[in-house]
Amino acid sequence: MADPLLQVRHLRVEFPTRRGTLLALDDISFDIAPGEVLGVVGESGAGKSLTGASIIGLLEPPGRIAGGEIRLAGQRIDNLPYEQMRKIRGKRIGAIFQDPLTSLNPLYTVGRQLTETILTHLPVSAGEARARAVKLLQETGIPAAEERLDQYPHQFSGGMRQRVVIALALAAEPQLIVADEPTTALDVSIQAQIISLLKRLCKEHGAAVMLVTHDMGVIAETCDRVAVMYAGRICEIGPVQQVIHHPAHPYTSGLMGSIPAMDDTRERLLQIDGAMPRLNAIPTGCAFNPRCPKVFERCRVERPELMDAGATRAACWLVGAAS
Amino acid sequence: MSAPGKTLVQVEDLAKTFDVSAPWLNRVLERKPRQYVHAVDGVSFSIDKGKTLALVGESGCGKSTVARLLVGLYEPTRGRVRFDGQDTGMRGAERGQMRSLRRRMQMIFQDPYASLNPRWKVLDIVGEPLREHGLASGADQLRAKVAELLQSVGLAAADVEKFPHQFSGGQRQRISIARALATRPEFLVCDEPTSALDVSVQAQVLNIMKDLQREQGLTYLFISHNLAVVRHVSDKVGVMYLGRLVELADKLELFARPRHPYTRMLLDAIPDIHMSGSSRTPVQGEVPNPLNPPSGCAFHPRCPHANARCSAERPALIDKDGVRVACHAVEEGRI
Repeated sequence: MADPLLQVRHLRVEFPTRRGTLLALDDISFDIAPGEVLGVVGESGAGKSLTGASIIGLLEPPGRIAGGEIRLAGQRIDNLPYEQMRKIRGKRIGAIFQDPLTSLNPLYTVGRQLTETILTHLPVSAGEARARAVKLLQETGIPAAEERLDQYPHQFSGGMRQRVVIALALAAEPQLIVADEPTTALDVSIQAQIISLLKRLCKEHGAAVMLVTHDMGVIAETCDRVAVMYAGRICEIGPVQQVIHHPAHPYTSGLMGSIPAMDDTRERLLQIDGAMPRLNAIPTGCAFNPRCPKVFERCRVERPELMDAGATRAACWLVGAAS
Repeated sequence: MSAPGKTLVQVEDLAKTFDVSAPWLNRVLERKPRQYVHAVDGVSFSIDKGKTLALVGESGCGKSTVARLLVGLYEPTRGRVRFDGQDTGMRGAERGQMRSLRRRMQMIFQDPYASLNPRWKVLDIVGEPLREHGLASGADQLRAKVAELLQSVGLAAADVEKFPHQFSGGQRQRISIARALATRPEFLVCDEPTSALDVSVQAQVLNIMKDLQREQGLTYLFISHNLAVVRHVSDKVGVMYLGRLVELADKLELFARPRHPYTRMLLDAIPDIHMSGSSRTPVQGEVPNPLNPPSGCAFHPRCPHANARCSAERPALIDKDGVRVACHAVEEGRI
């Protein structure tokens, strides 16, 4: 494998509150290779979006990185001053967020937003920037790109807006794109178009992608590898087909079993009882132990780290016991 | 009470038009015309007792409007809804009768964060329909009944004293279900009941809904845009596009052999965890503006099988091998 483009090591994110410090991300480590698509799944509050926000340096205060490091192509980026990080963001890391209406400025034309981004990050003239903006819109499949450039975001439909956001993210040829729930706000028929567009463009531009979503279907179709998060930790990470079809962690199997599939004939869905713990009440030992059907004594006292489980890596004592 | 297998809900040519015109002054000064959205335009279907009909479609196709028309939150512009043989569109003197009908049908809304009053305790939320319909006399009986309802959806009896913010999303949706079940209804309209929930919680809620249907013989109208969920819960499926039903068929038939090009497109578009993704061909185009729908068949600008007839003449919902489908290409045997 080539040198990883993104290296996250022992990342720890805390939220200081009046009632004590909440640990939102606890010891997160993973790599993304150049051109690779890594999916991050989990339920609301598992910490997937926070992981993305930490990488692009947009962690909302009072949240802060309390430990670990993030490296982009070998360079440490988690402790950079704001101005330097601002240059990396957009230029080397592009971001796509869930709601295209909030990530575009309603008062500027789409063209102005695109050319501004291009001019900030690339050494081109205004005319070249406009030509590049047209080309980007065409690449994302927006018809009549030349005229659309002078329109405002409200004149675009939801799917078209998300195409503009993708064009913006790709504007400065970034090496990495962090996409946080890029299709959640869209209808299924549009969602399919956007996913295949994102996949194709990233391949053409050679960009690696970190795709944060709660939709396993999207992950299965798009990603090379997937990380499953639970209560601020990665509980399993591995090649996508392996994780979906042969999950090693009981939470992953529960999650897969609870999704109704198009070809299943089950009368009842697999059900994980209870809910994910709150950050101020994470159980000792394995955070999943109160809901786990296969829990045993060790799970309640000692926290499992990620260990090799065949083709994937899982944080579960069952894996440790088997090997 | 009606016998099982009998039609419980019958919807005939239901339509709802919303007036979305500019204000009067703008119409006069700027010569703007009146504008109408045909949110639901001539929808007919029936639901048998104890069965689940699912309505699917993209945002803006009118599925939630159908739900609201059925429970009487909107007055229909045209057409009627018959519940257990009785017309629900009665006015004036017959209001009293309406009230007893109303008790027999209830609704579950999409967002459990918005549909529960944050200032009320669970006791009041779930107890309100009981009080309103005079189904509980005295505070003790009310409390006992609410506790029983909460237990039937997997919550604890002690939860009656809590406020909605003390519950997670899945638990709140259980409270909504408990409230809907309070009047012992026969018919539940569920408008995207699990779309706001995480998948593992969605599985809990879907399982509860199925258990309740089996135990109490409930009839459901289930509205969703998630076809995998629809396939899991329903018996019959109706596919809507721009206010009209384009296909209505038994679940297995619809998913095995979708007839209408729009249904095929929807089925192709869902990412499935068991597919690799290369087999999909996303259809181009988006849902047209409902203010200005295309002529003829509303789907024709996106349809790969459209011809001159499709853009000129609106297809009716016809029977074809036991499936109801509104498509010229299917009728002519072109596809």
